[in-house]
Amino acid sequence: MTALEQLQAANPLFWILGLPLGAAGFLAVLPSWRLASVLNVFISAATFAASLMLFQQRPAPSRLLFIDDFNIYLVVLTAFVGFTTALFSAAYIARETEAERLSPVHLRFYHSMYQAFLFTMLLALTANNTGVMWVAVEAATLTTVLMVSLYRSREAIEAAWKYFILCSVGIGLALFGTTLVYLAAQPVMGDGADAMAWTLMIGRAAEFQPDLLNLAFVFVLVGYGTKVGLAPLHAWLPDAHAEGPTPISAVLSGLLLNVALYALLRFKMLISANGQTLPAGPQMIMMGLSSLFLAAFMLYRRGDIKRLFAYSSIEHMGIVTFAFGIGGPLANFAGLLHMTMHSLTKSAIFFAVGVITQNTGTKRLAEIRGLTVSHPVLGWGLVVAVLAIAGMPPMGVFMSEFLVVSSTFATQPLLAVPLILGLLLAFAALVTRLQGLAFGTPAATRGYGRAGWLSTTLAYVPLWVHLALVVVAGLWLPRPLVEWFETVARMLG
Amino acid sequence: MLQQFSYDLAHLIGATVLMAGFGMLYQRRIFAVLNTFAFQAFALAAAAAWQAHVQHAPHLYATAAIALVFKALLVPFALHWLVERLGIHRTVETALSIGWTMIVGVALVALSILLVLPVTAKAAALTRESLALAMSVVLLGMLMMITRRNAVTQVVGFMALENGLILAAVSAKGMPLVVEISIAFSVLVAMTLFGIFFFRIRERFDTLDLHYLETYRGDRS
Amino acid sequence: MNSVIWQLVQIVLVVATAPLVTGYVRWVKARLQGRRGPAPWQPYRDLYRLLQKEAIVAHSASWIFRTAPYVTFASVWLAAAMVPTFTTNMFLAPAADLIALVALLAVGRFWTALAGMDVGTAFGGLGASREMLIASLAEPAMLMVSFSLSLVSGTTAPAQIVAFVLSGNVGIEVSLGLAMAALVMVAIAENGRIPIDNPATHLELTMVHEAMVLEYSGRHLAMIEVAAMVRLTLFIALIGCLFAPWGMAQPGGGPVGIMVGMGAFVAKSFVLATALAWFETAIAKMRVFRYADFLGGALLLGLLATIFLYVSEAV
Repeated sequence: MTALEQLQAANPLFWILGLPLGAAGFLAVLPSWRLASVLNVFISAATFAASLMLFQQRPAPSRLLFIDDFNIYLVVLTAFVGFTTALFSAAYIARETEAERLSPVHLRFYHSMYQAFLFTMLLALTANNTGVMWVAVEAATLTTVLMVSLYRSREAIEAAWKYFILCSVGIGLALFGTTLVYLAAQPVMGDGADAMAWTLMIGRAAEFQPDLLNLAFVFVLVGYGTKVGLAPLHAWLPDAHAEGPTPISAVLSGLLLNVALYALLRFKMLISANGQTLPAGPQMIMMGLSSLFLAAFMLYRRGDIKRLFAYSSIEHMGIVTFAFGIGGPLANFAGLLHMTMHSLTKSAIFFAVGVITQNTGTKRLAEIRGLTVSHPVLGWGLVVAVLAIAGMPPMGVFMSEFLVVSSTFATQPLLAVPLILGLLLAFAALVTRLQGLAFGTPAATRGYGRAGWLSTTLAYVPLWVHLALVVVAGLWLPRPLVEWFETVARMLG
Repeated sequence: MLQQFSYDLAHLIGATVLMAGFGMLYQRRIFAVLNTFAFQAFALAAAAAWQAHVQHAPHLYATAAIALVFKALLVPFALHWLVERLGIHRTVETALSIGWTMIVGVALVALSILLVLPVTAKAAALTRESLALAMSVVLLGMLMMITRRNAVTQVVGFMALENGLILAAVSAKGMPLVVEISIAFSVLVAMTLFGIFFFRIRERFDTLDLHYLETYRGDRS
Repeated sequence: MNSVIWQLVQIVLVVATAPLVTGYVRWVKARLQGRRGPAPWQPYRDLYRLLQKEAIVAHSASWIFRTAPYVTFASVWLAAAMVPTFTTNMFLAPAADLIALVALLAVGRFWTALAGMDVGTAFGGLGASREMLIASLAEPAMLMVSFSLSLVSGTTAPAQIVAFVLSGNVGIEVSLGLAMAALVMVAIAENGRIPIDNPATHLELTMVHEAMVLEYSGRHLAMIEVAAMVRLTLFIALIGCLFAPWGMAQPGGGPVGIMVGMGAFVAKSFVLATALAWFETAIAKMRVFRYADFLGGALLLGLLATIFLYVSEAV
């Protein structure tokens, strides 16, 4: 059976992957950027709808692709955030073009790359082959590098260069780790694709050679860890987030980091299933804590609003990695929840930031003041979102952070001290920043001029939808969702 | 006897790739670096072809061909052309003196051998050896990226790192084709990407020295 | 008994053929550069001419200056006599040892350097200091090569290394390749060939060996020149003997073995000398500042050879 027939047999997956891939090709040749931005929204919506079909009909795993309890929720989350960001992107792009910061040629490229990026992420999530997953993450790097350099300013090119060099090296190391895992699996599984398939490997992981897995995991951790933005390999992240177009910052923060972390966690599952290796936890805890602290301190000295929230992403990825490093059902549950909450909240923040930078015409924190006065809907949206990301109750992030802290207390009480300290530091930094941004007398604006009602609505709807989800998740999680997180948490070991 | 021979030859070719890695660190002129890189890619192609022969894996010949055509010929030519076309400074600018770089390089080789050999005790001799060599090549590539300032040499360092990765992949017995082709493909994409970069950098700055690129190095607030 | 005869043949052979080897290298170089060049036996004529001439010694020169040519020649000759060329069945073979070889060469170089400084001219001192710089870098590399060879074969005696390699116990060994590369680099440096030094120039800024011996004339100069030629032959023989010992006569090989050994030696010298000429034509001389990189490279290759031996031990 050829790969194509396999794809068709796995029906929803065929659509989930086929739609963005086809759209990437089609949008590259479509001359009208307005039409392209509309199509971008509809195709993303269709992808999201197709991802929902997975709940109805879960395809059987093939050699190339598979869906299990773990990745199904990330696929849906990715498709959802991809869709809402496409909405926001339509509004954002329209205003950027009016302000003549982007030309139609750039936009054609932009929309094509946006869909290509969604495709690579979905492929990475659904791949049942370590090699295919690696290729997908590599391709995701390439597409985002191109998008980060879209504005062609000196800073954008510098950021893209840094991003490319660091992440390519990271991804190279991840490939080395992948090869090592194959070598560990090959004596047990035999030659060929069997020894790279997640579904087949996990069952017999206990027979793999533990020493080889140890070495492999170091490479995978450093490699994919670079992509997750874990300290000390985070240097690319603030630049890439700050200099790219804001919708891209939103998907980078909200989705790409998750995908890289997902890859890391898959390897961790293999390690846990083996049982004789060095535990993966301490390494992850180390990197998680160092990211948390580094980012928490860095938050105080930021002058650029996008950089501020980029560092906040490093902080949260640190927390998530820390949680998975602690391990056990509760911490894993907290980690999964936090991944989801961070994804929703951070993309919401970037939606708000995108509109703010367009309204005020600056990214300097010092020049943005009194947003709640000048733009009430936007300003209060930002207030809610920042409080959410800082971890105020009753929002979802608070809940997941609370769970991380309490599970740490249960297993490693001493580690809870630095964790809480880091969380408090970050909280204080964000709240301080927020006061300046949201309250006080509005600064004189040098923005792009008033946006049309359609554009405003398109930008605000995704923001408030995300925030509503985060608030609801903080108050009440649906029973099926909880059970499902619990299953996955057990899988992660 | 035959097995001993196939092992010895694989060992020899692998070591040649590694030596070329050292050769790149040793060079002071960009063109010499490019030539050495081409030689390394050529040796890599030989390694892949030999593995294809030894493992009876015809698809590895494709990897060898890609390494030969793309990495040993096209990329060096393209970079050569770029350097001439853009009038890039032709001396390699080092962040660490050549002598020290070489010493660090030897330390890295020793490190990777010490790391790989104990953990692969049960694997085939052929694989172990190549893996140790491949890891050394990867680390040398990284070393080159760290210690050489010029953008072109950084690209070459990255490609050298990739050579190491491919060396590892071809010597892993029976690793599926998907990976090799995709590696080559991603290199291709990476290259076009770099091409764009060179021109873009040229538009904005007068030199490809990363030093200029990093005037705001470190944390922009 | 045979071993004494072959030893004597060897002692005569190295001195007798050394000018021919040098002359051949010069001739090939000339051809490659598009000149007709002097005939390969020109060095014999040159040496004859020098021996006829009066030796002029500077007023400020001491006995060191006068004895240095002989000491240098004697030490290099002795060293050359120890390296098996066509047979390992030689009287001195048990005493021959790579480390002894290094030491003998060092003695020769030491005296030349002393003589260079003895006269008190600027060039002599300059040449001596550069020569010592090269030596201080080349000798560790040479020793490293010896170590890796002894790790492979369990001995540092060239004759026993030959026997070991010829016994077929060793396949294509990466370490041997690396050691060979290192030895070739050391040989280039020791013989003052391009890219380290140019034996054909008397340009003030670049010369090393020639600067030291600038004050010599007549038979002294002839001695120095012969020593340099013998050193080149020695290294060619050494590389051939350690890394391509095929055809060399073993003890008990009989006259046929000796004939084969002779033929093989001539062929090996021919190939290596041609390669040297080609290499010198293809490459430019490097700056003095880069000597450290070049010879450091040789040292590192030797080091890597040793490291790789541990790999193949472990595999």
